[in-house]
Amino acid sequence: MSTIDARNVDFYYGNFHTLKNINLEVQKSEVVALIGPSGCGKSTFLRLLNRMNDLIDGVSITGTILINGLDIYATSVRVDELRKEVGMVFQKPNPFPKSIFDNVAYGLRVNGVKDKALIEQRVEESLKSAALWGEVKEKMKKSAFALSLGQQQRLCIARALAVKPKVILMDEPASALDPISTTKIEDLIHELKQDYTIVIVTHNMQQASRVSDKTAYFYLGELIEYDKTTTIFTNPQKLSTQNYITGRFG
Amino acid sequence: MKRFIERFVEGLLLISGSVTSITILLIVLFLFKEASGLFNKPVIEEGYILVTNKSNPVNELSSYQIKQIFDSEIVNWDEVGGKEEAIEMVRLSDIDKKWSMSNEDISKKINDLVDDHSGILLYLPMVYITKEFKGVILDQQTIRPVDFFGGQEWYPTATPAPQFGLLPLLLGTLWVSVGAVALALPFGLAVGIYMAEVASVKLRNFLKPLIELLAGIPAVVYGFFGLVVVVPFLRQVLNFPVGETGLAGSVVLGIMALPTIITITEDAIRKVPYATKEASLALGATQWQTIYKVIIPYAKSGIISAVVLGIGRAIGETIAVLMVTGNAAVMPHSITEPMRTIPATIAAELGEVSVGSAHYQALFALGVVLFVVTMILSIAVDFFSLKKK
Amino acid sequence: MNINKQQAQKIAFILFRLMSFSVVGVLLIILGLIIYRGIGTISWDFLSQAPEQGMTKGGIYPAIIGTLYLILGSSLFSFPIGIMSGIFMSEYAANNRLIVMIRIMTNSLSGVPSVVFGLFGMSLFVNTLGFGDSILAGSLTLGLLSLPLVIRTTEESLKAVDYAYREGSLALGASKLQTIRNVVFPMAFPNIISGLILSIGRVSGETAPILFTVAAYFLPKLPSSIFDQVMALPYHLYVISTSGTDIEASRDIAYGTALVLVTIVLILNILANLLRRYFAKKVKTN
Repeated sequence: MSTIDARNVDFYYGNFHTLKNINLEVQKSEVVALIGPSGCGKSTFLRLLNRMNDLIDGVSITGTILINGLDIYATSVRVDELRKEVGMVFQKPNPFPKSIFDNVAYGLRVNGVKDKALIEQRVEESLKSAALWGEVKEKMKKSAFALSLGQQQRLCIARALAVKPKVILMDEPASALDPISTTKIEDLIHELKQDYTIVIVTHNMQQASRVSDKTAYFYLGELIEYDKTTTIFTNPQKLSTQNYITGRFG
Repeated sequence: MKRFIERFVEGLLLISGSVTSITILLIVLFLFKEASGLFNKPVIEEGYILVTNKSNPVNELSSYQIKQIFDSEIVNWDEVGGKEEAIEMVRLSDIDKKWSMSNEDISKKINDLVDDHSGILLYLPMVYITKEFKGVILDQQTIRPVDFFGGQEWYPTATPAPQFGLLPLLLGTLWVSVGAVALALPFGLAVGIYMAEVASVKLRNFLKPLIELLAGIPAVVYGFFGLVVVVPFLRQVLNFPVGETGLAGSVVLGIMALPTIITITEDAIRKVPYATKEASLALGATQWQTIYKVIIPYAKSGIISAVVLGIGRAIGETIAVLMVTGNAAVMPHSITEPMRTIPATIAAELGEVSVGSAHYQALFALGVVLFVVTMILSIAVDFFSLKKK
Repeated sequence: MNINKQQAQKIAFILFRLMSFSVVGVLLIILGLIIYRGIGTISWDFLSQAPEQGMTKGGIYPAIIGTLYLILGSSLFSFPIGIMSGIFMSEYAANNRLIVMIRIMTNSLSGVPSVVFGLFGMSLFVNTLGFGDSILAGSLTLGLLSLPLVIRTTEESLKAVDYAYREGSLALGASKLQTIRNVVFPMAFPNIISGLILSIGRVSGETAPILFTVAAYFLPKLPSSIFDQVMALPYHLYVISTSGTDIEASRDIAYGTALVLVTIVLILNILANLLRRYFAKKVKTN
């Protein structure tokens, strides 16, 4: 069973047909990069996977998306439960105006975890997994805003890990960061892939080639090509893909 | 359980969200409820009647005609559609003086009196009318909408027919408000534009809290200021016969309307996209040319909102106006006369009337007029800004 | 005459600057006069004694206490409802017709003249519900009056919170309500609190709404229940400067009362700014 299985997905933003008949499968512990020019629908597709698009007025979706075999758009599905399974990291680091500890503990607390020892243990684990523990263990009570941008983004990753999701969605997680912080995030993705399935949207093709096992190329709302990353970057089947990765447009 | 609580709180929020709409509905309901009785009220005080000689063809008089007769402005029956004959107007309280009546049977005397004098118009309590009465009781008219909306006199304590004419108060309100906005507008626009476009950040940070403070000072303090500064100034320096005039009200209200006009103008101008300004500057226009040729036209609708809301505030202001305009309820001819506004009338008189009387209802009718006018102004502004979006 | 465009700009800007400073000048004249003439009247006795001799002597203590009661009463009513309404408008209101109507109604309510609130309060609270002239009737009337201000403050403060924080919380499986309670509301709190304080300033200075719902001309005793009348500062100033027993003899008291009122507004303005800064810092550094 695939971890993510999107079948015949169409998505409309008002009357605008944003995604056209998308079919895409992701296996467990894979890292899949979604690439394509601005407005191609890659971010929209990513946000369908944890139903983040529900927050926008006047959108509609057809087709099915299964995550671990479960249809996430079925009426019986509770969105907050789904989002616990499918974590997300955003383009710009968005830690809450709380302490470092409280940021990581937030997801646990809102999901009803009361056990203090368990929370502390999970916070530590998550910060370690996000390779941030060494830098912050002395200042857990300090505001998250005191961290550098790169640290804030790793904090946001730790925050997502704390609720033990199966899938992590990353929406251009390094685009607001400097090169060194970017490298750290990319290293982290390599580490995380042992335990998590990751879907990452990126503008940066080097990044896609460095971090992902598979790459999906979107153009004008269609999934043009989806294959092993090495194949996409060395031997693309479609001309459009080739033009994009060789930098002729986009 | 968690879901249930969430639903419950969301319901609570929805109810709170609609509380302003409910309030508006309640205001409409209660204002109209209290005011509605006005047009069912007799034009003369309840329990009293007007009687004439049986030969007199006139069998009804309007509120204003009665008032004019008792003020001796109408002296002949032919002026109110009767025969050519002088009106002999008598109040019961005059009877002692004129005919030196003592403790005899008043009812009988009244009967004789009305029977003897063909031009008589007698105002008396109903209790004195007996079965043998030979005169004619004038039809009991009720106050008509035209008496209120078209009435030129506000004289709620006049007997026998109190006058509830809206026009002098409405005109007073308009004079004072328009005067206020005319005074405040040039300053408001200039300061708003200056703060948004010209002033340095430092100067703006100095001006902004002062404007907020100007908005925060209570109306009654402005009224007091008007009373101790503006009114004496008009009388002593500009030699007005009285200082308490519409102009004094306009000056005080103008100061009070300034923060509204300044803030809205500034916001409207700040919303002009930077690219629009740059385009003008890049063509060699000076900053001032850019302001009046590009920025002001662009921010026009915002500036119009500022004017309308300024007028709205001025129309509804009560206490400050009450303290400085002199409160003469007469048709005003110039802003340099004492005049009285609608809100000031309500505030000054409502404390003294009995609940449910015609006067009470007339004051609520004034409230309805005020409410409707200000609602129209706010909705017009909303409609304008929503349409623009 | 030839004025080139640089000269025109210079003249216009000088004119604007003069007009701006004359507006500031008016404010300074008003404040200066009231402080200059009022400061001599202020003393501990003035603030702690009841009026005497037809309000030409003595203090304004009952009016200060009455105004405090009205502030408290109206806030108890308008803050919870106004804040919830503001949350609804900002976080739950989709752009449908109902919401457009609610928004127009809220704007319109803020434009309703205060004397109309007075009429309404008299009709509903004093007469129909039988509260009589009382703190309860006056507080409810003032509460309704300040409601649009509280709602707008809350709504605008919440809307100013970056959408990314809501997404961050929702993406962790938090419900909408949890997101509002734990993230959005705390972030908006500094601005909300300063708006609430400014609304108190407005309530404390209103005269027309309390004329027929609560205010007493002279009442040496303090109220003992919410069904009692009270004196209030703005009404007191109105009365002694226009229709007191001896207006000239009351002038000093009037200046003193005006100074107390202005000081309250001034303090609230400053407090609003300080608290906004303090909480903004606290939210950030926690």
